[in-house]
Amino acid sequence: MAEGMEYKELDQVVVRFSGDSGDGMQLAGSIFSTVSATVGNSISTFPDYPADIRAPQGSLTGVSGFQVHVGAAKVFTPGDECDVLVAMNAAALKTQLKFAKPNATIIIDTDAFKEADLKKAEFKTADPLAELGVNPDRVIACPITDMVKEALADSGMDNKSILKCRNMFALGLVCWLFSRDLNIAFNFLREKFQKKPGVAEANIKVIQAGYDYGHNTHSSAANVYRIESKVKEPGRYMDITGNKATAYGFIAAAEKAGLKLFLGSYPITPATDVLHELAKHKSLGVITVQCEDEISGAATAIGASFAGALAVTSTSGPGLCLKSEAMNLAVTAELPVVLLDVQRGGPSTGLPTKSEQTDLLQALFGRNGESPMPVIAATSPTDCFDAAYMASKIALEHMTPVILLTDAFIANGSSAWKLPNLGEYPSINPPYVTEEMKNNYTPYKRNDGDVRYWAIPGQEGYTHILGGLEKDGNTGAISTDPENHNKMVHVRASKVAKIPVPDVEVVGCKDDADLLIVGFGSTYGHLHSAMDEMIKDGKKVALAQFSYINPLPKNTAEVLKRYKKVVVAEQNLGQFAAYLRMKVDNFVPYQYNEVKGQPFVISELVEAFNEILNK
Amino acid sequence: MSEYTAKDYKKGQPRWCPGCGDHFFLASLHKAMAELGVAPWNVAVISGIGCSSRLPYYMNTYAMQTIHGRAAAISTGAKVTNPDLTVWQVSGDGDGLAIGGNHFIHAVRRNIDLNMILLNNRIYGLTKGQYSPTSPRGFVSKSSPYGTVEDPFCPAELCFGARGRFFARAAAVDAAGTVEILKAAAQHKGAAICEILQNCMIFNNGVYDYLAKKEDRAKNAIYLKHGQPMVFGENNEYGLVQEGFGIKVVKIGENGVTLDDILVHDAHCMDNTLQLKLAMMDGPDFPVAFGVIRDVEAPTYDEAVHAQIEEVSAKKKYHNFAELLETNDIWEVK
Repeated sequence: MAEGMEYKELDQVVVRFSGDSGDGMQLAGSIFSTVSATVGNSISTFPDYPADIRAPQGSLTGVSGFQVHVGAAKVFTPGDECDVLVAMNAAALKTQLKFAKPNATIIIDTDAFKEADLKKAEFKTADPLAELGVNPDRVIACPITDMVKEALADSGMDNKSILKCRNMFALGLVCWLFSRDLNIAFNFLREKFQKKPGVAEANIKVIQAGYDYGHNTHSSAANVYRIESKVKEPGRYMDITGNKATAYGFIAAAEKAGLKLFLGSYPITPATDVLHELAKHKSLGVITVQCEDEISGAATAIGASFAGALAVTSTSGPGLCLKSEAMNLAVTAELPVVLLDVQRGGPSTGLPTKSEQTDLLQALFGRNGESPMPVIAATSPTDCFDAAYMASKIALEHMTPVILLTDAFIANGSSAWKLPNLGEYPSINPPYVTEEMKNNYTPYKRNDGDVRYWAIPGQEGYTHILGGLEKDGNTGAISTDPENHNKMVHVRASKVAKIPVPDVEVVGCKDDADLLIVGFGSTYGHLHSAMDEMIKDGKKVALAQFSYINPLPKNTAEVLKRYKKVVVAEQNLGQFAAYLRMKVDNFVPYQYNEVKGQPFVISELVEAFNEILNK
Repeated sequence: MSEYTAKDYKKGQPRWCPGCGDHFFLASLHKAMAELGVAPWNVAVISGIGCSSRLPYYMNTYAMQTIHGRAAAISTGAKVTNPDLTVWQVSGDGDGLAIGGNHFIHAVRRNIDLNMILLNNRIYGLTKGQYSPTSPRGFVSKSSPYGTVEDPFCPAELCFGARGRFFARAAAVDAAGTVEILKAAAQHKGAAICEILQNCMIFNNGVYDYLAKKEDRAKNAIYLKHGQPMVFGENNEYGLVQEGFGIKVVKIGENGVTLDDILVHDAHCMDNTLQLKLAMMDGPDFPVAFGVIRDVEAPTYDEAVHAQIEEVSAKKKYHNFAELLETNDIWEVK
């Protein structure tokens, strides 16, 4: 530490790395989050990709960002606005400044603010800072490109490879700013580039150069900060995105159930990473079929389920529509299938890289006929693991398709995940046929939970037919008998209604809240943070975040009626509120709805909830 | 000898119209399965929607009647999950080639070891008489009262275009011919297409009249057998010879043509040029080709998937969830 400078303690900080899509901002951001998490800080990250396939270099549409929220205590979201903005070029500064706090520290590469860069970023004057109204005192202006070239002059690397290390200089500078232990970053890089030690060492050299630059110049715009961990839960951790956690949840469930894992999928943003992840793990016996279309993704999963696998199909947006018909077959054939819907902005192609909660009603009701299907929504990147595990357990134990809702926000976002011990997870026991049923098995005889028994092909004495036509509940033969149909419709509904799910938990001022905030799925972090702020401000608020949507937890009505005021906040036009009103008599909540494709902004939530309190 | 008889595969009382080709085909399928001798509980019969797709209800095997057009995809999932199952996928011309066309071509392209039956009556029967993707141009039906203005698919051409390795054809009324190709399809490793020409008594009666009787087939069809000369006729007096890039019908003994001039059928030839020409033949100038037209070995998708799993498993160091976790960058908070 330079003489005369002091550490300033921070509770939390938000850093946003931004640059061209090819500038390696994801890598810089994820190394910073890993370094922070390793010392016990809480982290939450969020990548913000452009929708363009590959916008021209230096252009406004080609900017991608990666935001990291680091906290001494638990952080629930990647943060509204950043304290530090890294802008690797002029276009990044111009497009990303809106995500920065007014007094944020801004790190720029002055070598990427030359005349041509300013032109590409559509600046009108030669002074971009003045044009954007940025206080130059807040800016660490550093000739990053030149310094990287200098640092790697003797490396023997070509110019293109050298320029790829610019992100590491920025990372080094940020690590200095927050007094981070560089060794953790070095180890990370040596691990990542195990097969290319030259690349690892070059990156390490540049990180060090960035750190030293900060240290030597102790850039006047900034203090040096420290974020001490306050709530350490000892254990072994890794950083995990929601999509990866989802894939891991399926793997864990298949292993627990003793079944093969099958994924039928067609690539679609932002769900594709689940296919990528599962395709890697052949050594765990995972079968992935990249199908000819979304329909086939669901259809192959049904075939796989029939043949005795834990069958999954993954999709997003329009893919959900295409799978509806096949999922309805799974409903009536009563086969276990998990449909993962990583929600994105709609309707139609909509906002493929952005996040919404707008598929809820389709998940619940978007099929012909009376077609009850369990719906579960994951609440955070790491909760995707538990949600995928429980969706699989419900599907297998209740012989039903299940829809698992995540969304682009938690699918791409990451946080530190304490490694689970599979031994502590509940067992998964599908209702297999028994020896006594041999030679007198019919496929729609049921147990006490109204669940039919599962006879996997290849066993003597249990041949049977399943199908989309209505069937006689006793014999399994085709039946158009009105009484039988009525009975079958009811039993398919009661089967789902009887699935036991945990009570919804109320956090915050659960005994005396003046306002209960209600949400579902991925908004948990933002709603929780809004609640925390309001409580800090002396308000009495509580939060009930739902993961189990169908069936709803048994205590739902009681919780919703316990408080004077209830607001249902969701990223759609009120789908969950409408559903709750359908399920709970005389329930009339306030609503907070926003459909921007972006995560909620905590300050806006607080303002809106305060308004409701004051009514 | 198989320990099973046709009865072991039969179930229920079929509800198709009297005289429907589906009855004939079903009987041949039961017979072929008995001769193949695969235990009924190791067989899955999977269909889509349509008259012919009711067939699984009459099978004493594992079975599923699914949704319109998706039988090939559902069969794919079942076969890839359990390659030990013998999977028969049954579709009509609408189910397989219209609504299910995409799944059909991709199942063929991937070469999944499925026995894919295409029951082709060139009409939509269940919805009571609309034209199908195999109805000829100008075909008059309830949905084309002035005749269709579109050309049909030739299933063989579609199969070959999708790089199909097995294609065979039979008339449903010809039990021996049908049983023969079904057995060949089952013994072929990979996606095996069997096109079954069959009559619809109600909505397209007479469509295959020229192939209905044995003596008609002798004149109007040719039974292809691998390694045998391509001859047909009541007394095998006609044959096929090459002419330029095409084939033509000749009479043996006329114009100096002898049996030695007649083409010999090679179903195992990788190049499908001649096989396609044979499959595309139709009256009145050419006989319709029956039998196994193409039968070429190639790696199957289901086997390749599992071979890859084994290969990668042998190389990788993690084989369960706990070991998978350890492959990540992990840190410890104390």
